[in-house]
Amino acid sequence: MSDFFTISVIVATLASGIRLATPFLLAALGETIGQRSGVLNLGVEGVMLIGAFAAYYTALETGSALLGLVVAMTVGAAMGLVYAFITVVMQAEQGISGIGIYLFGLGFTDLLFQKLVGTPVPIEGLGRIEIPLLSDIPWFGEIFFQHSLMVYVAFLLVPAVWFMINRTTFGLNIRAVGETPEAADTLGVSVEWTRTATIVIGNTFAGLAGGALALEVGIFQQNLTAGQGFIAIALVYFGAWRSIGVMAGALLFGIVSATVLQWKTLGIVSGAASSLTAMAPAILTIVVLVIVSRRIAAPGALAKPFHRSA
Amino acid sequence: MELTEELEPFDDLERPTDPTVEPDALSYKILKVCAGLIVPFAAVIAALAVGAIMLVALGANPLSGYSAMISGAFGGWDELADTALKSMPLLLVGVGICIAFRAGVINLGGEGQIIMGAILSTVVALAVPGLPRIILVPIVLLAGALGGAIWGAIPGALKAYAGVSEILSTIMMNIVAAQFLSFLLQDLLIEEGAIRIQQTERLTENADLPLLPGDTRLHLGVIIALLVAVLGYILLFRSALGVRLRAVGHNAHASRYAGMPVGRSVVQALAFSGACAGVAGAILVFGSESHRLIGEGGAIGFTQNAGFNGIVAALFGGLHPLATIPAAFLFGGMLTGGIELQRELQVPAAMIVALNGVVVIFVVSSLKMRSRVNAAVEKFHTDSGGKT
Repeated sequence: MSDFFTISVIVATLASGIRLATPFLLAALGETIGQRSGVLNLGVEGVMLIGAFAAYYTALETGSALLGLVVAMTVGAAMGLVYAFITVVMQAEQGISGIGIYLFGLGFTDLLFQKLVGTPVPIEGLGRIEIPLLSDIPWFGEIFFQHSLMVYVAFLLVPAVWFMINRTTFGLNIRAVGETPEAADTLGVSVEWTRTATIVIGNTFAGLAGGALALEVGIFQQNLTAGQGFIAIALVYFGAWRSIGVMAGALLFGIVSATVLQWKTLGIVSGAASSLTAMAPAILTIVVLVIVSRRIAAPGALAKPFHRSA
Repeated sequence: MELTEELEPFDDLERPTDPTVEPDALSYKILKVCAGLIVPFAAVIAALAVGAIMLVALGANPLSGYSAMISGAFGGWDELADTALKSMPLLLVGVGICIAFRAGVINLGGEGQIIMGAILSTVVALAVPGLPRIILVPIVLLAGALGGAIWGAIPGALKAYAGVSEILSTIMMNIVAAQFLSFLLQDLLIEEGAIRIQQTERLTENADLPLLPGDTRLHLGVIIALLVAVLGYILLFRSALGVRLRAVGHNAHASRYAGMPVGRSVVQALAFSGACAGVAGAILVFGSESHRLIGEGGAIGFTQNAGFNGIVAALFGGLHPLATIPAAFLFGGMLTGGIELQRELQVPAAMIVALNGVVVIFVVSSLKMRSRVNAAVEKFHTDSGGKT
């Protein structure tokens, strides 16, 4: 354990934690937008997988990681349209339809991977972008300013999403539709279109998150995300549906995961025990939820299909 | 989060009857049940159509694939037995879901509850292998129920007393259970000398579920699942506890105002739901060919995603434990047939997982249609003066 508490190891762990947090953060921000408008999307994991495969395959075939990200976003948006149809038009039970999307994404990406790629081939990810001057600061430079593009994008999206939800008309509509859709409807706000928009945006973020993950890891495999999508959903509750809270949650999760990994690398925990420590993020989420749940209220209309009762 | 009433189309079969009104004709009741089944059926057909597109894209022939699927599921006694075996965990989890959903609780923790049931029953079998079969089998099943019940009660308590959304806590509990299983199978429970393979030793023969007469692989587990379905029906629709659970599910606020113990009901609902899944876990271990507890959960592991698919079976059956029986059988048929389809067309097994997801999406999306169809049937009935 004393190996762990050296400055360089801790710095590396924190940097790694920020890197690991990025896919959670992106997916969770997207889910937050959706949930503020009253839509629960449990299929985030499936969309992330689809985005991950899309990015991986595009990068593999074209050699361009950036194009991979664009494709991942497009594919995410397409899945968003599908989910919007299921949720807004067909008014399906949102918890279950999300799980259906998850199963579909899991199987479909595995299928495509086996048919189109076969044996995993590593790809060139996005390189590190070192911010001039700032990245030379000892220790802090390594933690904050030597990351890949997607990390910066994800963290910049935090204030952007806050701004959109709290300082724009669209954001006002989102919040109204999420709290009392009947009232919003009476005032002329289209509940259906608002929710469609948030769903598409949310799923685009999820696709992007998957793409970022694939490019970061440099490879694709069956069930690449391994539950990260579900954890991202949990982070929305953790963050009390505020983007800054979601960021805090993602960082907490990322750093805990990075610490656990570091312990495994350093041999502090081995083999079997590493499964126990892998539980830590899930248990931590529950504990924090217990502490936090008493004081925070969910969006009033979360997960309730909207019926116009006229 | 409350479930809308549209999810209970078979409820009117249970409504107390007004003696001054003529009881509904049997033909009308049958018509309603058929109408209720048509919609999810159509949904499955639509899903299979999407699957056909995927198959064509993979260069396979959907017609030969689907005919292989049907014959693989229902083509002969052996196939029917396999389908029944596949449906067994779906039915058990589905009955549990009926209980939970009717009490207003969304239980997405089936996977974890199955795993914990399997673990506890395995531990019991490893602890007392010498007991005679007639005692050990029931004990093992009860252990499974207990393991699942505990794993369900925890999120129930978290919801009732700490306000934690059960959607989240059950998903997190799934992750914890899967990791716990992985840990146990690498350390405490692993077979002697099997370092790389995550499995226990071959568990005691005394705990093997007895095979049913006939030359098939059918075992006692199928009978138990049917029994649990009947018990679930009795619990939900013929007991005071069931009335309470359903009242809380319909309107928690009103129930609380009426003095019903809402918190306790939530915990009970999730505990019963988890118990059903836990029994499935035990049966999956002790009815399996290998008679060991193996590897993971999830789509590829020993649970075969029954924790999620059971939800679909329950929805298919309108959240009625008895209707879940044919629903689970059909769904099990799809999964069993899927293996045959995969074999016939040489497509990867992942195809079945994807198809599974598509069916779930279509069935769930169709439920609103189903309530509209039901409403239309009722209107037709009353408009024609009750003569149909």
